[in-house]
Amino acid sequence: MQVTLKILRFDPAKHEKPTWQTYQVEAEPTDRVLDLLHKVKWDQDGTLAFRRSCGHGICGSDAMLINGKNRLACKTLVKDLGSVITVEPIRGLPVERDLIVDMEPFFAAYRAVKPYLINEEPPPARERLQSPEERERFDHGTKCILCASCTTSCPVFWVNGTYLGPAAIVQAHRFIFDSRDRGKRERFKALGSGSGVWRCRTAYNCTEACPREIPVTQLIEEVKRAILFDRF
Amino acid sequence: MAHRHEVIVVGAGGAGLATALYAAREGADVAVITKLYPTRSHTGAAQGGIGAALGNVEEDHWEWHMFDTVKGGDYLTDQDAAEVFAKEVIEAVLELEHMGLPFDRLPNGKIAQRRFGGHTKDWGKAPVHRAAHAADRTGHMILQTLYQQCVKHNITFYNEFHVTDVILEDGVAKGLVAYELATGELHLFQAKAIVIASGGFGRIYKVTSNAYTLTGDLQAILYRKGLPLEDMEFYQFHPTGLYPLGILLTEGARGEGGILRNALGERFMERYAPTIKDLAPRDMVSRAMYLEVREGRGVGPKKDHVLLDLTHLPPEVIEKKLPDITEFSRIYLGVDPLKEPVPVMPTAHYAMGGIPTTLWGQVIQDEKNTVVPGLYAAGEAACVSLHGANRLGTNSLGDLVVFGRRAGIHAARFAKDADYHELKADHLGESRERIERIKNSTGKEKVAVLRAELQQSMMDHASVFRTGELLAKQVEILKELMDRYRNISIEDKGDAYNTELVEALELGYLLEVSEALVHSALNRTESRGAHAREDYPERDDGNWLKHTLAYKVADGKVAFRYKPVVLGRFEPKARTY
Repeated sequence: MQVTLKILRFDPAKHEKPTWQTYQVEAEPTDRVLDLLHKVKWDQDGTLAFRRSCGHGICGSDAMLINGKNRLACKTLVKDLGSVITVEPIRGLPVERDLIVDMEPFFAAYRAVKPYLINEEPPPARERLQSPEERERFDHGTKCILCASCTTSCPVFWVNGTYLGPAAIVQAHRFIFDSRDRGKRERFKALGSGSGVWRCRTAYNCTEACPREIPVTQLIEEVKRAILFDRF
Repeated sequence: MAHRHEVIVVGAGGAGLATALYAAREGADVAVITKLYPTRSHTGAAQGGIGAALGNVEEDHWEWHMFDTVKGGDYLTDQDAAEVFAKEVIEAVLELEHMGLPFDRLPNGKIAQRRFGGHTKDWGKAPVHRAAHAADRTGHMILQTLYQQCVKHNITFYNEFHVTDVILEDGVAKGLVAYELATGELHLFQAKAIVIASGGFGRIYKVTSNAYTLTGDLQAILYRKGLPLEDMEFYQFHPTGLYPLGILLTEGARGEGGILRNALGERFMERYAPTIKDLAPRDMVSRAMYLEVREGRGVGPKKDHVLLDLTHLPPEVIEKKLPDITEFSRIYLGVDPLKEPVPVMPTAHYAMGGIPTTLWGQVIQDEKNTVVPGLYAAGEAACVSLHGANRLGTNSLGDLVVFGRRAGIHAARFAKDADYHELKADHLGESRERIERIKNSTGKEKVAVLRAELQQSMMDHASVFRTGELLAKQVEILKELMDRYRNISIEDKGDAYNTELVEALELGYLLEVSEALVHSALNRTESRGAHAREDYPERDDGNWLKHTLAYKVADGKVAFRYKPVVLGRFEPKARTY
């Protein structure tokens, strides 16, 4: 089938602002959007720039706005989109070139929540024990691939660039609810601040955008409750 | 711009991050250069588990793990490496747990373990539960955990920097040159110790589980500089790639009880490995699948693949223990593994060969194990040689933490006693010239066209089965492709995120590692592990119980030297399962 691919292009050396460019591509219904981007880059226009690595949804490189929704280009098939497909960079992070955005603000928020196990007790000779139920408690957050789909779909993040955003809160959740961790109070400083969880307006965009089916909004609510109950 | 760090690690996958972390713990000033963002590396794609004789489910011993590794490697494995590995991987897994890695748990709270190909108890008598796992995303969890620890230790990262040169002067490693993708600027990095942990090169093949970015960059750069590549002929095809894409479906699926079936519905592995059947090592299963297809028992309109049957397993086992591969199958094929078998075919997966190193990750330059001062390698880019002629499933994750840790510790200690070196020449020049030549070329050859021809021809002539005739043909094809590579041109002349330029550079690396692989395969006139020569079907210990060191001597010409295999506890025996 013929697919019309409209891509929002931006080259700081050439353009004042992003401009749409249209390509006609021959595609199979089972092709990934990533395949179409490669067809454009390899056969029609070598100047198209985008990120990708693994090509099957586990590295998180190729999050982009496809037909108006945040998705991974490698996990989105043509048959689910139709014959006109629009592709834009994810929103709320500075665009550096075509579909490539500056990820540093996103990773700065990640670092701010101390996304690592905090436990200064001397470890035992063998593993720390943890029941399957304790392990299950934080399973959702361990699926996160840091693709930024959730954070860059969040209206609060678009408006207020200092908001930590859903992905960072999911990372914090992953440790707050890990029975081995002792660092939740340290994380609450950033999470309870003006840039933290209280900015969340429960719009559910993050949950809809997550390509790993993490119930992001639910995890944010759980972090809010953990902070509240910690105060009393 | 110029930068200085005591230890510089190239690559932010599992091996690179483990190296960086342990070097930092030794007190070194550490930086990591990666052509991606961290957590994008392909360690994240590793699914099934990390093998270690924890004995959490049943009796197990490091000696059994060592034996399985040596036998799995068809006795080309260096036994000193296998011994260090089998002992230290237990400690490494426990350390990962202490760092917060979310392993699955047994009801008693210990780390859960499952079966995997080639892992046995009692010296091959029956499969054993040895693979510690976190659902079917164990690699993802290792990558995330190691990155989290690197954040905790404030390790410096140069993200999206593409290394274009390793500076070797007076036989000593002094630094690196890297191209910053965001700006197009070349940077000079000075280091006391450099660790290459840049991963594999599955993209030489058309059907591969590997990321688009796995192009053998640093192997090729060192090879061009006259350093050897070891045992490149041994390239692993993983039996269960999702047909036809090649996306990996973990061996853990068979570890949980999945069965391979041909068009007649037969469990054909019973004929090839009667003791452990579908849990035979990968080289044997991949060959068996090819033979089934060749003998007309393949599945599908082209009769060119087989089926992985999980339908007899309890749905909760599939949903809980294999969630990601279940999703891949549903998304990419529209096949629900709960209800119908999944089409699979062998997919190019892992390089057993690479940059030769000592047990501490020091790069060696000849058959006498002479080290290159200040230069280290770890992970898939390296060859210690732990995997010999065929790697067992789960031993890649074990390799990268055990030997990443060793390389990090040794590099940091080496750096402590070393000074920064004076650089004699302008080292940016060569890289700049190469980049400008590609950018300014008016040649007519296209990168995508040459790359596709390379990938198809490597698939046709140098994959699961080889013959002298096919390999000789591939030698000629590679010469022609290298000639045509000199005439490539690109459209993108810009400086910011010139990804077309990067792909052009990567194609050059793919051609170089293909050359080393094909020549090494043509040279080795026997069948061993993943190297199956139809014209030499037997293993030949008399002539070939030795490691290949391949050296580039001129365009299209390769010279060989040989290193003895380190033997020890286990005498080479016929390899049956």
